Order: sequence, then C-alpha cells, then structure tokens
Amino acid sequence: MSPASAGVAVQADVVSYEDDVIRKFVIASTFWAIVGLLMGVIIALQLAYPFLNPPLEWFTFGRLRPVHTSAVIFAFGGNVLIGTSFYSVQRTCRANLFGGRDLANFVFWGYQMFIVLAASGYLLGITQSKEYAEPEWYVDLWLTIVWVAYLVAFAGTLLKRREPHIYVSNWFYLAFILTIAMLHIVNNLAVPVSWTGAKSYIVWAGVQDAMTQWWYGHNAVGFFLTAGFLGLMYYFIPKQAERPVYSYRLSIIHFWALIFLYIWAGPHHLHYTSLPDWAQTLGMTFSVMLWMPSWGGMINGIMTLSGAWHKLRTDPVLRFLVVSVGFYGMSTFEGPLMSIKAVNSLSHYTDWTIGHVHSGALGWVAFVSFGALYFLTPRLWNRTRLYSLQLVSYHFWICTVGIVVYISAMWISGIMQGLMWRSYDHLGFLQYSFLETVDAMHPYYVIRAFGGILFLLGSLIMVYNLWRTAQGKLRKEAAFGEVPGAPGILPAAAE
Amino acid sequence: MDIVALWDAVRPWWVVWMVLLFGAIVFWAVRPKNKRRFEEDAQIPFKDGRNGG
Repeated sequence: MSPASAGVAVQADVVSYEDDVIRKFVIASTFWAIVGLLMGVIIALQLAYPFLNPPLEWFTFGRLRPVHTSAVIFAFGGNVLIGTSFYSVQRTCRANLFGGRDLANFVFWGYQMFIVLAASGYLLGITQSKEYAEPEWYVDLWLTIVWVAYLVAFAGTLLKRREPHIYVSNWFYLAFILTIAMLHIVNNLAVPVSWTGAKSYIVWAGVQDAMTQWWYGHNAVGFFLTAGFLGLMYYFIPKQAERPVYSYRLSIIHFWALIFLYIWAGPHHLHYTSLPDWAQTLGMTFSVMLWMPSWGGMINGIMTLSGAWHKLRTDPVLRFLVVSVGFYGMSTFEGPLMSIKAVNSLSHYTDWTIGHVHSGALGWVAFVSFGALYFLTPRLWNRTRLYSLQLVSYHFWICTVGIVVYISAMWISGIMQGLMWRSYDHLGFLQYSFLETVDAMHPYYVIRAFGGILFLLGSLIMVYNLWRTAQGKLRKEAAFGEVPGAPGILPAAAE
Repeated sequence: MDIVALWDAVRPWWVVWMVLLFGAIVFWAVRPKNKRRFEEDAQIPFKDGRNGG
C-alpha cells in the first residue's frame, strides 16, 4: 500500500480497535484548543489594554491566565496525548485497548471533568498558586484516579501486545504517563484545611517548596510537552510520510538520553534565588546537556523525510508535522541558552521567557498536534480524505506567521525589558522606573495580541475543515501541489 | 553487608553507575549485530495495514 510497507508483511488481522473513544478525544482536543487559544487572545488584549479587565474579579487577567495555560496544555495538549496514545498503542501492539470501551470512556469523561473542575475553580479564585499545578486538593485527587486508569489502559495494552517489540513511540508515551504521575503526586502533597473546603496547605516549605514546584514545572515541560509529543512524532511522522523513522537506533539513544537528563533541569527556574548555588549550577549544566538529545530527536524527525522532501510541496499536513520538529529544535536550542546563568540574569522574569514558551507551545506542541488531528480525522470517520488540503495550507501559513509575529515581539520586548531593568545612570541610580518599562512594552503587547489572533484564526479554519471532513464532504479543488492525487488522499479505509 | 551499608557504598558513585548504564544502552543501540533488528522494528507502524496505513 505504501512504499514503506512494501517489504513488510502487512498483517491485516481481526483485531477490532477501540476507536470510538479516540473520536471523542479528537473532538475534545479541537474544542479545548479553541477555548485555550481564545483565552490567550483575551488575556493578551487585557495586558495591552488594561481597561479590558472587567470590574468582575472572575474575568480579570489574574484569574483567566491559568485558564489559558491549563486549557492549552492540559485540556488541548492532554486530550491530544491521550487520544493519540490510544490510537497508536493499539496499532503498534496490534491489540485492542485494555479495559475496552468502559475504561476508555472513564478516562475520557474523567479527564474532561478534571478540566472543568480545575477551570471553574480558577475563575472562582480557588488555586494553590503553583504555576501549572494550580488545582486544589480535591481536583488533584480526582486527576490521580483518572491518571491511574489511563496508565492501566495504556500499560495493559502493552502487556497484551501481539508484536514482540514495543515500538519507540510507546516508550515515550509510557515515560510521559509515569513521570507525570510521579510529579503530580509529589508536587501536590497538600493537607486540606477541612473536608468541605477548597483550601489546603502544601507539606513543603520555603525553598524546598520552590524546588519541588520547579522540579514539577520543568518536568511537566519535559515529560508532558516533550516526551509525550515525541511519542506522537515517532508514530505520526512516519505514518504521514509513509516511510520509517530515519534512524531507529538514534531514537533509542534519544529516548534514554532525554530520560537520563531531563529530570535534573528544573533548578534553572530558580537562578539567583535562595536555592543553593550548587543546585542552580546543576540545573544549568543538565539543561545545557539537553541540547544533544533534543537535537538528536529533531534530526531524527526531520531526516525521516530524507529522500522524500518533495512530499512537503504536496502535503500540507506533513508540513505541520515537519515544521513542528523544526520549532522543537529551535526552542530546545533557546531553552538551554536561557538556562545559562549569565543569560538568565537578563532573560528571567521578562517577556523573553513568554516568547520562548510560545515558540515551543505553538510551534512544536500545537503544530504537531494539528498534524495528528488532520491525520486522524479522515481515518477515524472513514473518509477518503480531508475536506480540503487548500484550507490546511491556509491554516499552516496563517498560524506560522502568527507564531513568528508573536515570538519576535516577545524577544524584542523581553530583551528591552531586561536591559531597562538593569540600566544604571552615572550616579548609580536605576535609570528607569518600573512604570517606564511597562509603558515601553505596550506596542509589543499589541503586536503579540495580533500574532495570537492570527493563530486563533488559522485554528478556526482547521475546526471548519475537520468538521466538514467528519461530515464526509469533499471540497471541489484542484489537487494540491504538482503530483495529482498522491498525498493526503487516502486509499479507501477497509474498516 | 546489609542493604544500608551497600547503599552507602554505591551512592557516592551514582553518576558513574548511571553513565555506565547509559553507555551500555548506547552500545546496545549502535552494535552492528542489532542493526537489522532495529531496521525491522522501525517498520512496526506499517505492519497494521488498515486505515490507510
């Protein structure tokens, strides 16, 4: 069927995959993507135009900001990760999902309930004030139950696999599930004030609390936003490109190097704080060493197209997947750079950090997710192809321009902000008042909001395209690129 | 030697053990004998012939 599988015995056997729940995950991912991006646009505008903060405290920047971060990371990203892991684990193990429909549905609805409980709490002011771990104890306990169910479904499928070897994407997904469980539990060890109240107190105190928080926070980046989505990459790029990963051996070294190094990088969030200096240097050193596995993985993803670069011209879905890996390489170059203490003394607490996060979150995580959603929708709804490849291309370019506008604005704003904060006059006084730095950032905040609006617009095009695809509609348009009918047009599904 | 004494003995060299373990993994991955096996493993996503794979 495909060039890659020509020499492989295709074993079309009788396994009936549990795909109904994956359709739900695709719908939920798309829905939460729009919610999260819209929240981002709203808070970007609130920063640029403070009068947009209403007198109602529920909708002010401070309460909407965690709604934005949790919606894009945990709601959009989490649904993508659970859905794609369920899809690929069944196919790489040639076994249906352990626990069947009931367990899968519990994971799906349980996870949506976690999102709604967390987000409603933020609006009401219920938070434990830990970045990316804002939910209070009752939400944390609920997520723990759902997450264990997810682990049981995923690991159970691995255990009953009919393929002797566990494919590398599953290593990454499993590392993601296990590590997130560990991080979530340790960083949320809290004692509720009462069983009927939302408030709790964390068991950690002082700098130990800060270190635990950023051990959690950075490994949420490392194992949720990186390892999980690398699992996605190692399955969906070969599938969409119809060729095996560039080097399977490199993928093994990539995996273990990432696992060995990432867990130590957290202290770089606490440079020049009361954290002991040796711990800061340790965090910096491990962050710099992370350059190697990150770039090894990037090379592996991009070089999968080696010998088939022409597919990029004719397949806009592949463009999303491959450009996402390019952004992964770029932001994992920038991250270690920013973890170097001398650089961090300029970049920390400025918008540079925000720009860095978004080059990773929009360019890598969102793009690789969009690629997977475009891959999954026609297959899960048994359609011959996407509604329109032309619209995928519009989505790609609008979002790419949006990202570039966003991150450029934040680089300029952040470096300017850092330089203004550290400027002294000839008498040794600070040259700028804080308000002057805020005022100087205003034009970049407007540009940033514009970049975010572009990204949201592109994503709305995707929603329309996926919706029409699920309905079974085909847009009348010329074949995309030069090779008519080749890419993106799937053979009729056998199911 | 009880387990506490054993732990005390190995702990100062933890980074050495980890580097050795990682080195063993790299050796396993790049060993020419395993080349063919890994090339076959890379084909796993295509073994499932359905759904347009």
